[in-house]
Amino acid sequence: MASTDFATGTLERHGLSDEQLRAIFRNMLLQRQLDNRGFQLNRQGKVPFALGSEGHEALQAGAAMAFNRGRDLLAPYYRDLGLCLGIGLSAYEIMLSIFARAADHNGGRQFPNHYSSKAAGLMSFSSILAAHLPHAVGAAYALKYRGETGRAVLATCGDGTTSEGEWHESMNFAAIHRLPFVMLVENNEWAISTPITKQMAEPEIWKRAAGYGIPGRRFNGFDPIETYAAVHEAMDRARNGGGPTLIEGTCYRYLAHSTDDNDMTYRTREIVLERRKQDPVPAFEALLLEHEILRAGDVEEMRKGVLRETNEATDAAEAQPYPTSADLYVHVHEGAWQPWQS
Amino acid sequence: MATTITMPQLGETVTEGTVAQWLKSVGESVDKYEDFVEVSTDKVNAGVPSPVTGTIRELLVKEGETVATGTPIAVIDEAGAAAVAAPPAQTPSATSSQTPAQGPSGNGASSIAASPAVRRLAREHHVDIRTIKGSGANGRVTADDILAATHAGASTAPSGAAAPAPAAAPPSPPASPTVVPGATRTSTYAQPIPGTFVPLSQARRIIAERMVESRHTAPHAWSMVEIDVTDVWQWRLREKDRFERESGYKLTLLPFFIRAVVQALAAFPLMNAKFAAASSSTQPGIQVSDEVNIGIAIGLAANLIVPVIKHADKLSVKGIAIAAGELIDKARRGKLGVDELAGGTFTVNNNGANGSWASAPIINAGQAGIVTMEAVVKKLVVRDDDSIAIRRMMNSCLSLDHRVVDGYVASGFLAELKRRLESMGPQGEF
Amino acid sequence: MAAVAVVSAKTTVMNNVEAVRATLYDALKADERTLIIGEDVGARGNVFLITKDFVQEFGERRVIDTPIAEASIVGIAVGMAMEGLRPIAEIQFADFIYPSFNQIVGEAAKIRYRSNGEYTCPLVIRTPYGGGVRGALSHSVSIEALFYHVPGLKIVAPAFPADVKGLLNTAIDDPDPVLFLEHKKTYRLIKGDVPTGHYTIPLGKANVLNEGTQLTVVSYGLYVHWALEAAQQLANEGFAVEVIDLRSIRPMDKTTILNSVEKTRKLLIIHEDNKFGGIGAEISAMVAEEALFSLDAPIRRLCGPDVPAMGYALPLEEEFMTTPAQMADAMREMVKF
Repeated sequence: MASTDFATGTLERHGLSDEQLRAIFRNMLLQRQLDNRGFQLNRQGKVPFALGSEGHEALQAGAAMAFNRGRDLLAPYYRDLGLCLGIGLSAYEIMLSIFARAADHNGGRQFPNHYSSKAAGLMSFSSILAAHLPHAVGAAYALKYRGETGRAVLATCGDGTTSEGEWHESMNFAAIHRLPFVMLVENNEWAISTPITKQMAEPEIWKRAAGYGIPGRRFNGFDPIETYAAVHEAMDRARNGGGPTLIEGTCYRYLAHSTDDNDMTYRTREIVLERRKQDPVPAFEALLLEHEILRAGDVEEMRKGVLRETNEATDAAEAQPYPTSADLYVHVHEGAWQPWQS
Repeated sequence: MATTITMPQLGETVTEGTVAQWLKSVGESVDKYEDFVEVSTDKVNAGVPSPVTGTIRELLVKEGETVATGTPIAVIDEAGAAAVAAPPAQTPSATSSQTPAQGPSGNGASSIAASPAVRRLAREHHVDIRTIKGSGANGRVTADDILAATHAGASTAPSGAAAPAPAAAPPSPPASPTVVPGATRTSTYAQPIPGTFVPLSQARRIIAERMVESRHTAPHAWSMVEIDVTDVWQWRLREKDRFERESGYKLTLLPFFIRAVVQALAAFPLMNAKFAAASSSTQPGIQVSDEVNIGIAIGLAANLIVPVIKHADKLSVKGIAIAAGELIDKARRGKLGVDELAGGTFTVNNNGANGSWASAPIINAGQAGIVTMEAVVKKLVVRDDDSIAIRRMMNSCLSLDHRVVDGYVASGFLAELKRRLESMGPQGEF
Repeated sequence: MAAVAVVSAKTTVMNNVEAVRATLYDALKADERTLIIGEDVGARGNVFLITKDFVQEFGERRVIDTPIAEASIVGIAVGMAMEGLRPIAEIQFADFIYPSFNQIVGEAAKIRYRSNGEYTCPLVIRTPYGGGVRGALSHSVSIEALFYHVPGLKIVAPAFPADVKGLLNTAIDDPDPVLFLEHKKTYRLIKGDVPTGHYTIPLGKANVLNEGTQLTVVSYGLYVHWALEAAQQLANEGFAVEVIDLRSIRPMDKTTILNSVEKTRKLLIIHEDNKFGGIGAEISAMVAEEALFSLDAPIRRLCGPDVPAMGYALPLEEEFMTTPAQMADAMREMVKF
């Protein structure tokens, strides 16, 4: 990890306290645990679908730490479990989404992982990649429109989404109007089965920033501190009227795209195992232990706590009722509008 | 080219049919798929559509005559052959988006495609469309024509055009009263004139035969119970308005009664059976049915008809009410199909409309029993605890085939029926 | 006239383009949250001059000239709406709306539904549509049939200036997305009295323009005016034809249509859009389902031909469009049926 200055042996924290570093680590553990729980439930036959985010833990925990709760807005995509946890969603809310219960923010209507929370500033999004980016830009415009400095929109997407036309249209408009908007690309090298080499001729996405006339930066997404630094810098710039930034965090997608994908049809086990050596969770654990920000006993406690939290959230969510069939019909409009109006 | 039409086979075991009424006369034109004759078998009258467009050359069978299936009954000259005095069919006017419906071919007295509005108005106002001169395109009878006719009181007067149908045809099965062309009124079953001879329609002939067969084959025994329907009556009142609004049918006590009957039959399967006489290959026995198909006896002006609610044991009260509503409606319009009249395993007769207190119905041949609902009457009753109350009471009478069941089973069935019906309501799962 | 709540009895004569302009102006003046976003709406004042001088008065912040990017014109407006503004997005010609199809149908229409009511999308999308202006393949199409299928969307297509104002006000106030269709040929062609002051016309209410007893004609947009002309011709011949202006495509007014069909027993639907799967198909199905036994003639639809577009050459455009005389022919055939 690049955070340690090898000459002095000190940790470059970019202003993060021990407590914050521990919180980042816990977020990473919780993300992995909840992620895994989804797959377990799927294999138990309790939920029909699960989608994992292993490999993104450092990137999402670090980015979340740079997010100002109650002020900033988040426009994530469906692999952002850790980021949504990090900005304030609870494990219970995550599990309600997985179980599609009536108490879920979306009333059980959306696929799991399509989190939404007005209270947390988490904008509702669909499965259509890049469709959320103009929304994020529009929301950023609204912040600027109302003169609300100190607030910015953090939009995320994967490398795959950067091929969509609306990715370009969003970047362009945000740049023209110097909006409080940060585009965080989580480059995990795969768009389902399509590797970077088939998605783009220029593999470094951050370089497109120059084409929009805005700052761009690439950072190591396996390092949560470096991530925090990059996201913090971009978000502060946006909050203070400095306009948008394109930041690209490199990471890796260790699992298949979802339970409906078999990744062994397009990559080998060996490749994935090789990349596992960069797994951010054990790496950050090692770093924190090395710098005595955590002790071995703490880690054990933390893991147990995370498991307990996951179990409690699972049980509580599972016990909740499903939406009823009558619930299908509400919230089409405000008020009762039928296509044929009597 | 001449096409010969033969007597169709309407129903699996049917071997003959009767020409109930010719809808076309010689020389008249007919379109492909247009009904040109009504044929009756058992109690069903079915329209037979022409297989070709053309003109009637010859009608080979008289109305009322019964012939074997496959017997030639008519000859039609296909259009394009030597024309027989019929005016050519009108071509549709050329418009950009669609062709209007074909009007009749110009003689003004027959309406091939009467619009839904025309049919409804004609039915409501008891007007025979065939007697109205059409003012619409190509001589079409319009809704306004029907309305004008009702105002002029013209529904019973024959039209000025040539009347194609032969006179003195007996009325066809139940619908709105048919107009009888001609100056004198014929004595009919529905409206008999004292001192006259009323010929039997096909339907009445079959009723007569069936009644004799049943009475003389099955030794009829009879029993009756008195049922307290106060609670189920309340339940009916609860459900009535919403049901009638949603389905368009009336809600009587009948579906509740049928539900209780179905439950009692489950307890006494011999009542849902039939006596199977000895044949060359089998012993005599009792065929116990595994289906519960309840016939509902419906008396119409000139006919007695028993459509069947199939698998009544699988229906809720509401389901029975809807099924019964549909069948009764179809019966009144003469639209019952052969399959809707077949397959009954037990029959219910709602007899109480005119105040009957008891009746001894004749079993539907091929079944083991028939049960009635008599009139619902408010009575003073003495309860078990010797208190006195006003309750709604209804008698139910059972005629049974004594070859199949004895009094033990029959009275057990009635007791179960009574128990079930008395435990329904004042509300429940409809 | 149908339900129009007016503030004052005074009226001004305006054409349709002036009615849109006046309504937008009042909306921007009245509510700081409203803004206009589209191509050429600022400095150019819109290609029909609807927003002329708006940018001078309200500023570039509220009258936004976008890059040529229809998908994000709508998408950015969706985001603005989700975050509490009241954007009025413009698609310069309805023919250009296809790139924003996902943002309209997949996103805007579903924001409230997919978030179980937590997020809403009070968005208006305005666009000029329709032919008869030598607009050829990309400046003449009707698009309502593509969108009226979608639950979560509302669609209006007023034909008269007073309706333009009332319905646009309703659309702007509506907490959910509304597609506001303006027939471009009626922009300057159709003039009428427009009440002054703020008023709204409820969605889902058609207007009976011309009472009659022998035939119901249902139409919307430019063809309402041609239908009225044709009905007048028939009146001269002694036939009483009832003309209904739908005004609102989704929701659509069932009661007015059924009441009329009960009375006249004949229904003719006239629209410029292609026939197959057009608005007329839904109206026909509804009437057949609910009023079959009132019909004294088959329902008839007089519509645009099922070809991709009207051509630039005059004979091609004329063949596509229906004239008042052709409408009168159809009406005459039906009353005489």
